[in-house]
Formats: sequence, C-alpha cells, structure tokens
Amino acid sequence: MRTIIFRTVAPNLTSLMVLFSIFVLLRGHNEPGGGFIGGLIAASAFAIYGIACGVSPVRRALWFHPMAIAGFGLLLAALSGVLSLFQGVPFLTGLWAEPHLFGVPVAVSTPMVFDIGVYLVVVGSITSIALALEERDYD
Amino acid sequence: MATGGQSLTFLALMLPFLGAAVAPILTKGLKHNAGWLLALIPAWNFLHFWSFTDDVAAGGPITGGFAWVPSFNVNFSWYLDGLSLTFALLISGIGTLIVLYSGGYLKGHAQQGRFFSFILMFMGAMQGLVVADNFLTLFVFWELTSITSFLLIGFDHAREAARRAAIQALVVTGLGGLSLLAGLLVLWNVTGQSELSLLLMTGDAVRESPFYLAAFLLVLGAAFTKSAQFPLHFWLPNAMEAPTPVSAYLHSATMVKAGVYLLMRLNPVMGETQIWETVLPLFGGATLLVGTLLAIRQTDLKLMLAYTTVASLGLLVMLTGFGTEQAIAAAVLYLIAHSMFKGALFMVAGLIDHETGTRDITRLGGLRSAMPLTFSAAVFAAASMGGLPPLFGFLAKEEIYAALTMGGAWPGLILVVAITGNALMFAAGFAVALKPFIGKKIETPKNAHEGPVLLWLGPVVLAVSGLFAALFSGWSHRLFSSPMASAVSGNPVDIHITAVPHVSLPLLLSLVTIAIGIAVFVWLDRARAAMASVLRTIGWGPDRGFDQVISGLVRLAWHVTGLVQGGKLEVYMTATFTLTAAVLLVPMVLFGELPGLPQFPDLYFYEWTVLAIAVIGLFAVPVANSRLTAIVSLGIQGFAVALLFMLLGAPDLSFTQFMVETLSVVILALVMTRLRLSPADHRPGGEKAIDLTVAALCGLGFGLMLLRVTQVPFDDTLTQFFNANSRVIAHGRNIVNVIIVDFRGLDTMGEISVVMITGLAILALIRIRKPARIAPRRTREG
Amino acid sequence: MEAALSVLVSVFFAVAFYLMLSKHTIRILLGVAILGNAVNLLIFTAGRILREVPPIIPIDHDTPPFEVANPLPQALILTAIVISFSFFAFLLVLAYRAYQDIGTDNTDEMRIAEPANEGLPPMGY
Repeated sequence: MRTIIFRTVAPNLTSLMVLFSIFVLLRGHNEPGGGFIGGLIAASAFAIYGIACGVSPVRRALWFHPMAIAGFGLLLAALSGVLSLFQGVPFLTGLWAEPHLFGVPVAVSTPMVFDIGVYLVVVGSITSIALALEERDYD
Repeated sequence: MATGGQSLTFLALMLPFLGAAVAPILTKGLKHNAGWLLALIPAWNFLHFWSFTDDVAAGGPITGGFAWVPSFNVNFSWYLDGLSLTFALLISGIGTLIVLYSGGYLKGHAQQGRFFSFILMFMGAMQGLVVADNFLTLFVFWELTSITSFLLIGFDHAREAARRAAIQALVVTGLGGLSLLAGLLVLWNVTGQSELSLLLMTGDAVRESPFYLAAFLLVLGAAFTKSAQFPLHFWLPNAMEAPTPVSAYLHSATMVKAGVYLLMRLNPVMGETQIWETVLPLFGGATLLVGTLLAIRQTDLKLMLAYTTVASLGLLVMLTGFGTEQAIAAAVLYLIAHSMFKGALFMVAGLIDHETGTRDITRLGGLRSAMPLTFSAAVFAAASMGGLPPLFGFLAKEEIYAALTMGGAWPGLILVVAITGNALMFAAGFAVALKPFIGKKIETPKNAHEGPVLLWLGPVVLAVSGLFAALFSGWSHRLFSSPMASAVSGNPVDIHITAVPHVSLPLLLSLVTIAIGIAVFVWLDRARAAMASVLRTIGWGPDRGFDQVISGLVRLAWHVTGLVQGGKLEVYMTATFTLTAAVLLVPMVLFGELPGLPQFPDLYFYEWTVLAIAVIGLFAVPVANSRLTAIVSLGIQGFAVALLFMLLGAPDLSFTQFMVETLSVVILALVMTRLRLSPADHRPGGEKAIDLTVAALCGLGFGLMLLRVTQVPFDDTLTQFFNANSRVIAHGRNIVNVIIVDFRGLDTMGEISVVMITGLAILALIRIRKPARIAPRRTREG
Repeated sequence: MEAALSVLVSVFFAVAFYLMLSKHTIRILLGVAILGNAVNLLIFTAGRILREVPPIIPIDHDTPPFEVANPLPQALILTAIVISFSFFAFLLVLAYRAYQDIGTDNTDEMRIAEPANEGLPPMGY
C-alpha cells in the first residue's frame, strides 16, 4: 500500500481531513456533525497517514501520545461539567456566554467545550488503537 | 420505664460489641492483663441486669426498645421477664469469669486479642438473643451466635479438626437458624404479632391454628440443632476443638442453652399439646441416655463433659416437654445449677490441661496436693452435678424426682430414664472431678502446680455460688427460680425446695441414683470398654453421616457444574440463543400478541436497492470462502446501513456509520492478514442445520417483536420535549447533537469513558507478550 | 417502511447469531460486528421512520416547523455506533492475542479457564 503516489498525497490528505474534522466538530451544534463524527474523521486521517508513511511520522506529527490526548479530552469534558457547579446548578448544566472578539459576537458554551472533549477522546482512543495495530504490522 | 434505664439497657446490649472492637488494641498494649479491663464490661452488664431483679420478681416484666425498620414492623426491642433476666445474669456473670479465665488460659498466645474480640462478640450476641422481644431481633442475634461460635470453634484454624468442627457447628446451627426464621414467620402470620411479649398474650391462638404443626416442627428444628438433641448432637462434642474457655462458656451455660431457651419461651403459647408433650420428652430422653452413655465411653476430660452437656440438655428438653408446673420448676432449677457446675468443671478441665499438658483421664492422677484449690472447686461442682446436698444440683434433682413420681406408665418411663441418666452423669462428673486428683501421682508432660489467679478464680466462684444459692434457697428462689418458672409455665409458680434433706420418695430415688452412680464410677473402666465395643459394632454415627452429606454435596455440585459448564462456547451460545428465541416467541404466541399482517411496503426503487445491497452483503459474510471476501461483505452491509440512515433522515448517524465501517474494515484487514486463518465454516452439516434453525428463530422473534412494536401507537412525549426545547433552552439547532452534549451529557460522559477504557485495554493487550511465544517476525515491504 | 425494515432487522439478527454460533473466533467476531448494526437498526425502527427530514431546526425558527425524524433514537445510536466499534476493536485484538498465545482460533481448544476432565475439588475441610 505504500506506493509513491499514496505516500505523497497522504500528508496533504491528512491535513485536509483534520481541518475538515474540526469544521464538522464546531458546526455540530447547529448542523449535522459534532464531536463523535469529527473525532472519527480525524482518527481515520491519522490512520491513513500511518498506513501510507509508517507509524513513527504520525507519532512525531501528533507530538503527544494519542492516549494522552484522549485523557485530556475526558478531563476537559468533566471540567466543562464542573463549571456549572460553581453557578449553583447541577453537574453538566449548560452555561452560555457571548463575549465579543474584535467586535464579532462569538458564542462560547460549556456544551461546546464538552463536545471538544468528546472529539479529543474519540480522536485519541481510536488513533491509538489504529496506530497500535499498524505498528505490529511492521515491527 | 424511664428513658435513662432504657438507654442504659441499650448500652448494656451494645457494650460487648464495642469491647470486641477495642479488645485487640488493648491486648496489644496490656497483654493478657487486658482481661481484667475487658471483664468490666460483662461485670457492669451483670450489675445492670441485677438491678431489675426486684422489679421482675415482683411480677412486672420490663420492656423497652425503639423502632428499627418501622415500615416492616421490625423493632429493636427487649423483654425482660424471669426467664430472660435469669439467662442474662448467667450470661454476663459467667461471661465475666470467662473473660478473666481466657486472660490466663491464652496468656502469651499471639492471637489473644482476637480471641477476646470473638468471645465478647459472642457474649453480645447471646445477650441479645435472650432479651430480644422482636422476632427479627431474636433471629439476628440467634444467627450471630452461630457465626461467632463458628469463629470461636475454628479459632485454632491451622488444625483441620478445628476447621471441620467449626464448619460442622455452623452448618448444623445455621440450618436451625433458617428453621427458626421460618417458624417465627409462621407464628407472625398466625397471630399477627411480631413481639414475643405480645405473642405470649395470645393465649390459645397458636395451639388452635391449623399451622400449629408446621410452627412446632420449625421451632423444634431450631431448638434441637442449637441444643444438640439426638441425633443432631454430634457437633457439640466436636466443638471441643475450641480452646477451653469457649467450651466452658458456649457449651455449658450459653449457646447450647439457646434451644432450651426457645422452647421455654414458647412453652406458654405452644406447650401443653399432645405432640409437644410426646415429642419433646421422647427426644430429650433419648438424648439424655445417648449423651451419658457416650460420656462414659470417653477418656478425654473435655469430651466427657461435652457428652454430659448433651445429656443435660436432653434432660432439660425432656422436663420442659413433660409440661407440669413442677417439671418446669425442676427444669429451671436444673438449668441454673447446670450452668454453674458445668462451667466450673470445664474450667477445671482446662486448668488441668493447662498445668499438666494432658486431658486424658487415664494419664492423670494424684494432683490433689499440687492443685488443692482446683481440686476443691472440682469436688463442689461435681457434687452439685451428682445432686448431693447441700448444693444447688441437689435441689434440682429432688424437684425432678418430685415432679416425675406421679404414677402412670408414661411418667414412670421418664422417671426411669431420668434416674439412669442422673446416675451415669453422677459417675461421669465425679470421674472428671476425682480421677485426676486422687490415687497415686502420675507423671504428666508438664510439672503440675496451682495455676494463676486468673485461672482458678472462675471455677472457685462458680462452685461457691452453687453452694451459696442452695444454702440461701429462699432468696435465690424468690429472685430467680420462681420468676423464671412462672415465665416458662405462663402461670405463677412458687418454688419452696430447700437444701435440707427430708425423708420422702424423691430422697429415696436420689439414694438409688447415687448408689448406681457409685457403682458405675467404681467399674468405670469396665463400663468404658463395654461402651467402646458396642460403638465399634454399630460403626456408623451421625458424625460420619455429616461427612458423607458434605462430600455428597461437593460431588453433586461438581457433576452439575460439569453438566452446565462443559467448557464449550458454542453450547453456551446455543443455550442462550435458544432461550432468547423462546422468550421472544412463546409469550407472543401464548398471549395472542402476534403482529397483524402489514401492508406491502411502499418504497421507492432506490430504497429497495439499498435494502437488497444490505441483504446481499449480509448473506455473503457467512458463505465467504476467503478472508478478503468476508471483510468486503462486512463492509458492504455496513455501508448499506449508513445509506439507509442517510435516506431516513439521520445524516449524523450516516456519517458516523461511514467512518466506523471504514475504520472497521481497515483494522480487520490489518489483523486478519496476520491471523492466516480462513474464515470458512468447518461445521458438519447437522450442526449447521441446528445453528441455522436457532439463528433463524431468533431473527424471526426480533422481527416480529419489532413489527408488533411499530403497530402500537407511539408515545412521543420525549421527542416533543426535545423538539420544543432544543433551541429554546439549549441554543442548538441540531437536536441530535444537543441531546448528546447537553440533555444527556452525563450519558455521553460515560460513553466516552468507555471508549477510552477500551483504547487503554487494547494497548495493554498488545503490549503484554510472553517472550517465548511471539509469532514469528516477518518483514514486509511494498 | 417499518415492515420492510423489520424484515431487514430479522435478517441482520439471524445472520449475526448464525455467525456467533460458530466455533471460530473470527466468525464470532464478524457476528458481533453485524449484531451491533442489527441492534442499532432495531432501535432506529422502533422510534418510527420518517423519510429524509433530519431533526434540524431551520435558522429562523425556535422549534421544528414541520415534522422531523425522531432525534432521540438517533442520539442513542450515534454513541452506540462508536462504542460498538471500540468494543469490536477490543475483541479483535483479544482474539488475535489469544491466537498468538494459544495457537488456535477454535473455541473448543481454548480450555485454560475451564479445563476438560477436571477432577473433583479438594474434599477436606
């Protein structure tokens, strides 16, 4: 599978897919998409990169261990829930704010942070599974 | 009564458990002297219960307690009348002596703290048992005595004999506990009362109920197991594996008397019936004879005492069952006397064992001069056991004979049994008390001398109190015997008998008993040999029966396990799926819930195409002959599902399904290329047919259920809620996503945790490897 | 529509169970993968079917102005898909490791936890 064309295209394809996955993640609250789908897209992107160029470049590109990314995602999701406790409402209640960045209103909310957590967990876990299996293939 | 007294009584009931909690720490610091401190607990309880004696003797039972589980009418309540108060005094009084005695007996033992803890726990359980008013409180404490006695008998758990004895006691008395629970529930149902104090006021309600026989048998099951009645007596002698303080406490005065207590407690409402007055004397008498005969057979001091305990319990059951007021008075007197002399004798036996290193009666002799205090305590206790004046046992025996000499065949038979039993007990008692001390000195493993105060205090106090209670019989009858006998019989009973012998028929019978007893004592060795040969001829006993039952159970369990868990996965699967099919189909057919015939579905052409692709993909998976075909077919059915989601208004699902199917195919390909296995089916045709039938039936079941579900009206409350609030409350227009991250966020949180955990598990699985068995490395290029 | 999907679901279940009744771990795994789809379709169909109208509120409305597909089963299934995938991956690796260590993919020969012809347990006390 490691043809020259595939190897050349794969990094670009991967970056495009990751970019797309973030787009899907962020629009998820209002259009089809969300953390699960975005996470799966990004994970497949890394899996393709791994198949094309080997596992080590992917690990280098990711910088963090995929499982660490997943753990950070879970922590983020939990923290987004804890935030509501300070407002005196039950765990995981959605909180909304609309600060203006450079004069443009940007909706920031705990469900969004939660969704980013979901995204990171899915990306981390599934990339880690895929990479582990690919690695065994070439060890 | 005053609330102050109430909370003090509650404290008295709880104190032993508190003591059990601190005992190990105390013992760590104070070593065996912790006994002095811990003995304060039962001593305080003794004084506390003593303060009630005047009130109770005046005729007023004392009750107290508080609601425990009010919704089920379960209370933590207590009831102190003559019967329970006397028991409570015996338990706390002898308990004080026993705690001190264990301090000396187990001095230097590494686990002495644990022992103190167990014995205090047992004391608390026993105390709770005798003063409990509520049925369930009674049952809980009853079971607690079984459990704590298991711990105590198995204290020396490194020896197999101790473990066996402990398990045996637990199994037998535990079965009795279940029987007690069932019996109490029957009584509860029959009378509507769940408190003993109220039950005692129901008069003839129980006796006249059609469930009397059931209640009677269940109560008997509890009493006979706990009080070691023939043929369930075997666990008691085996329990002598326990350290001697345990035997002196549990197996003389307390736990084994719980069965007798139960019978005495229920006598006012269940006694005086034909069956009660036949069955109890019959089994009691048999136990008395068997116990004494077996006691004569033994050479071990503790075993002799254990069998005489069995015999004494038989005597008590026999008298309780005989049922006349005088017989009950006799039972009460004998119970009090027995608690004192048997406790003393057990402690003497332990003392001899402790000081000489042996308890074999044939290897002991001439200790009189070495252990004078022990000797005198032993003689007093044995004299009480043999019924000699002026000791409390004499009073008891006179009362027994007075109660039984009323003429007639049935009392006559019981009288003969009582005389035989008493004579043999006389011989056994004096054998224990005299043989080790008189005669010429025999060398023993240890050089014998008088034990420390902790050890001789108990027997001496008990022996002296036996004398004291008899000399001041007017006082002891007023405070203990008469109120207790009144409580047992249900009518006021007045006991007058004194320690002064007066010429009468009972005295004559006593003389006969003593004469036979002396004769047996003199020819003890010959009697023992005769009993031994009889037992050899019989060969089998309930003790061996117990082993056979237990090993039978283990074998049965082994066979059953082999049958249902043969280790073949496909058998488990077939069983599971067959049951699934049955659960789905049978009720639908039985209750006429089969779905109606649906209309022919009105689908577009492309929808038919997607369905067809899914079906083709599905059928291709099982029949595929190469792994690639199988993987591709699996992918096809997955993508068909994704298309279906797309067509049916679920774009989110569709995307997710697409991604997942892609990844599935990729990792499946990655792994399967390395497995080098063909996925083809190797099953023989017959098996295939069976599997196919089971699978088809399951599929049919699910399909019919789904069809039926879709034919009933749909409850769309939740859907309406989400549709109405998704944007208004949660500010999101994609309702599915809002549900996932907001409305059901906690759910999602759990789900992403699961995803992460499977990821971790996979990493762990891949990284663990046995060095010897790694698959051959392959280098691949291209 | 529901009737057609009910038939499809029963085929899914039948194939999944048929595969899972096999002795070979690979076939069992394929069965598990199909079973996940079968259950998802079951839930989806039980929540009633509406064609082509995803549960998304138009930008100028607060509630869906027309009837949309039931969002609740979709939310349940979405997470179920991801979980069944990770579960499937775990089983796959487990089967692979078992094959490496035991040398077989035949469940009849995997007898470490339940050895054949195991003797009686110890009979003492």
